[in-house]
Amino acid sequence: MAKRNSLWANIDWLTVFIYLVLVFLGWINIYAAVYDADHHSIFDVSQRYGKQMVWIGAALLIAFVILLIETNFYVFFAWFFYGAVIFLLIMVLFFGTTVNNSKSWLTIGSFAIQPAEFGKFTTALVLAKYMSTFGFKLKRFKSLLTIGVIIFLPVLLILLQNDMGSALVYFSFILVLYREGLSGVVLFFITLIVLLFVFSLVLPEVTFFILLAVIALVVFLILNPGMKHFFRVVLFFAAALALFAGLGFFIKAGLKPEHILAGMLMLGGIAAWVYSLRKKLKSYSMIALVFIGAVLFSVTVDYTFDNVLSSYQQARINELLGIESDPLGVGYNVNQSKIAIGSGGMWGKGFLNGTQTKFNFVPAQSTDFIFCTVGEEWGFAGTFVVVLLFVLLFVRLVLLAERQRSGFSRIYGYSAAVVLFFHFAVNIGMTIGLMPVIGIPLPFFSYGGSSLWSFTILLFIFLRLDASRLDYLSQ
Amino acid sequence: MNTFSKRSYVIIGFFVLVGLVFIAGLFRLQVLDPTYKVFATNNVLRDVVQYPARGLIFDRNGKLLVHNKPAYDLLVTPREVEAFDTLYLCNLLEISKTDLEERMKTAREYSAFRPSIIVKQIPPETYAVLQERLYRFKGFHTQSRTLREYNYPVAAHVLGYVGEVNPSDLERDRYYRQGDYIGVSGIEKTYEEWLRGEKGMKKFLVDVHNRIQGSFLGGMEDVPAQIGHNLVSSIDIDLQLYAEELLQNKRGSVVAIEPSTGEILALATAPTYDPGMLVGRVRGANYAQLLADTLNPLFNRALMAEYPPGSTFKVLNVLAAMEEQTINLNTRFSCAGRASTPIRCTHDHYSPLGLIDAIKESCNPFLWNTFRSIFSKYPTSAGGYDVWREHVLNFGIGQKLNIDIPGELPGSLPEASYYNRIYGTGRWNALTVRSLAIGQGELGVTPIQLANYCAAVANRGYYLTPHVVKEIEDGGIPNRLKTRNFVGVSEEHFEPVIEGMQRAVEQTNTAYLSRIPGIAMCGKTGTAENPHGSDHSVFMAFAPRENPQIAISVYIESGVWGARFAAPIASLLVEKYLNDSISTERKWIETRMLDANLLNPIQPK
Repeated sequence: MAKRNSLWANIDWLTVFIYLVLVFLGWINIYAAVYDADHHSIFDVSQRYGKQMVWIGAALLIAFVILLIETNFYVFFAWFFYGAVIFLLIMVLFFGTTVNNSKSWLTIGSFAIQPAEFGKFTTALVLAKYMSTFGFKLKRFKSLLTIGVIIFLPVLLILLQNDMGSALVYFSFILVLYREGLSGVVLFFITLIVLLFVFSLVLPEVTFFILLAVIALVVFLILNPGMKHFFRVVLFFAAALALFAGLGFFIKAGLKPEHILAGMLMLGGIAAWVYSLRKKLKSYSMIALVFIGAVLFSVTVDYTFDNVLSSYQQARINELLGIESDPLGVGYNVNQSKIAIGSGGMWGKGFLNGTQTKFNFVPAQSTDFIFCTVGEEWGFAGTFVVVLLFVLLFVRLVLLAERQRSGFSRIYGYSAAVVLFFHFAVNIGMTIGLMPVIGIPLPFFSYGGSSLWSFTILLFIFLRLDASRLDYLSQ
Repeated sequence: MNTFSKRSYVIIGFFVLVGLVFIAGLFRLQVLDPTYKVFATNNVLRDVVQYPARGLIFDRNGKLLVHNKPAYDLLVTPREVEAFDTLYLCNLLEISKTDLEERMKTAREYSAFRPSIIVKQIPPETYAVLQERLYRFKGFHTQSRTLREYNYPVAAHVLGYVGEVNPSDLERDRYYRQGDYIGVSGIEKTYEEWLRGEKGMKKFLVDVHNRIQGSFLGGMEDVPAQIGHNLVSSIDIDLQLYAEELLQNKRGSVVAIEPSTGEILALATAPTYDPGMLVGRVRGANYAQLLADTLNPLFNRALMAEYPPGSTFKVLNVLAAMEEQTINLNTRFSCAGRASTPIRCTHDHYSPLGLIDAIKESCNPFLWNTFRSIFSKYPTSAGGYDVWREHVLNFGIGQKLNIDIPGELPGSLPEASYYNRIYGTGRWNALTVRSLAIGQGELGVTPIQLANYCAAVANRGYYLTPHVVKEIEDGGIPNRLKTRNFVGVSEEHFEPVIEGMQRAVEQTNTAYLSRIPGIAMCGKTGTAENPHGSDHSVFMAFAPRENPQIAISVYIESGVWGARFAAPIASLLVEKYLNDSISTERKWIETRMLDANLLNPIQPK
């Protein structure tokens, strides 16, 4: 019983405080977003703010219960929770209710939950448990494979529900892996892939390929392999170009310039690779390989984009990248959202005085676009405070995670931080037009019981683990 | 374990960086960017959709068929409504007080702040009065729309009509918003994307009371509406008018095609309705009334009614047998008149006769022998049947022609397996299915298929998919409508058959009503067996014989023989089309056809 006293003393009250402030701010903004002079009772449970109030109450209760439970419970039952959520995700595929094109809700009576929301903390628990096993080595192939399966199983099931946003959240675990020793090269390549993805869609194919070739040559020159090698490699490309141009001339089968260029780059790249292998120029062969990969990737991206993504996904990416602009169609949400936030000015229009967010100009204004209400009614002062609070929370969580003595607690702490961060970054990025419209909630702010509870659980399990960080020594 | 703990700085750095990017972005958006400053005074933006006028539809001679007339919607914004003269408004708009209250309630439930349409499609005359008094009705305003108007009360099934979009349209095409109009049938539907134009958008600054304060950024971001593309239909409206007039008080249809292009000159079905009935506020009531009509005027017989082709089919059977080389110009089959087996012949003529006169006289025994000869050429009956069926399919019968207006049915032409199922495999032969020799039995041919098949004969071996639109402004009709579909019968086989068709019109006693002085018309009558009453009168023809200008099919339900109604009506239409008028010596035939009432034969005199 001595532990109980130390529990309350050891809880990180700063985090709890930030949490409570964010939840409170979220609730008053939901109230403002759906405010209607005709129904103004704060406790009206037929209105969203009334319901959110009930859910906040329940969330606090859940947080309290989580803090009372022994830490071993979470370690012991990690796989059980994970399995249960996987089971629910499968059930959703069969018995789910479809809302906004996504079949992600499980309705039991008048009660509906979104299992994908709860998958976040169960995956975090299982990852933490698996990666903190004695003798675990991240670099082993088997380890990486297991981690891959743990993360991608829920991703796959959520993608089947057609809920792109929730599925993307799981990619944030890469940051946790990075902290636990995943090579920085992997992060570099992920960044590279994203850049290639964007450029291969934005630029015309010919320009893109030429740019790619120029970059490769510049890198090649910087590494300075000697002019002899340089000229030979240039010669390979020239030969490949001549070959494909000749081919295009003879078969006349409608070989477009971009096809000839792609062929030349592939063939030239392979020749350069083989050449550098034979001359034992290891770093140049790496460049050649990356280069070949980049060409292949961009060809695949164009193909995937045109043939695999659904039209609304294409449209949203196009809108973001500025390839096609359609402010009345796909761009409508973002445009209205920017107008709402922008109209707030420095100090905002004042509580309940927002107009953009009131007359349904901004869709989903109490859920995914709740940040607009903050921007409109509280101005830059309000958005600054909210962003600051979130960043403080994330930094605090990382610091807390670093002070853990058990691997389990640290990994779980990082997971909680990066999952919350991903939601924050994508959601706010979306409302101010820096990210494509991906429907995921802003933690603690957005209207909705499932998301509020899942974020609360995610956070408070870590606070519980943190509160008993000192016990680990005595065990 | 803490070997990588330095990486926590990288991660914290990343978090802080994203936070800084957001703060910079928000600072730019909220403080620096002047674009949104306009809104700082509680103004909001209202997008007002600018509806484009739909494209016009002309007939082949440039006569305007369909155009637009203005109409107005009355909208209400419930929050702004003050006490008003309810009675005056109700009387002006011709709605009841309870109705108005009901609509106000619905609007309030939808939104107190946003306008909703309370009365749709107010005619200009009413609008003129309303507009002057509107200042007394706070919270109400109007928006302009366009409605279709038809210059001729005909061709309803060809032109089609326009209606409000339904949920599945909204799902399918993001262009549409609730309450938009869309082509629901006919040309309006098929060519919707050409006709509809492109909606525009005007941005207005609106204060909290939803009052327009002015245009946003001086109209810089406004998108003007683009009017729809005009269409030229292949319909000859005078011929269409005449066809529908001749069909009055009858059930049936007329389809006329220009053989060299596949363009449909007239496509009439009876009973029908005035296209103007399905426009504006009266549409709902009129549609319900048409739907309840036992004569079924919404049913497009020309595309959807399947009748046996009767003797008109004999031309095709003879052509198929000539192509199979099982008969030729020297072939003679004898006819024992009413004593013939297995099909008797009701026409008196000499015997034995060749194929030209067999078509002229519509000799059943000749056709039976012709039909059987195709079967005999192949080892099994099913094999012979398949070959014969392929010939029929080649003429566009038994399958959809894929014309450019919706609703067409394929007709029926059973596969060999159908007979296998009924009689057992190998247990049926030409004799079993002999009705097909004379165009009866399991065959179902729609009037458009009959006209198209006649056009293929007129062209001596090919047809172009029939279509009702000839030109699109800034566009063109699809290539598939411009390519020839060959029917797989050599050109030289057509001349004798056509000779028989010309003799059928010019030399038989039955066809004297359909002879047109000075025009060499080739035709074939038919009688379609009708198990429900009197047989149907069928006729197909084309004219002139050389360089044909028109191919036509006419079905008159319960018209008994081809020569009684279908052939004279067809001849009048051909004469009208080629000569522009009916010669005086044939005026009495016109009168007789116009007066004939087959819907209600017992007329009090």
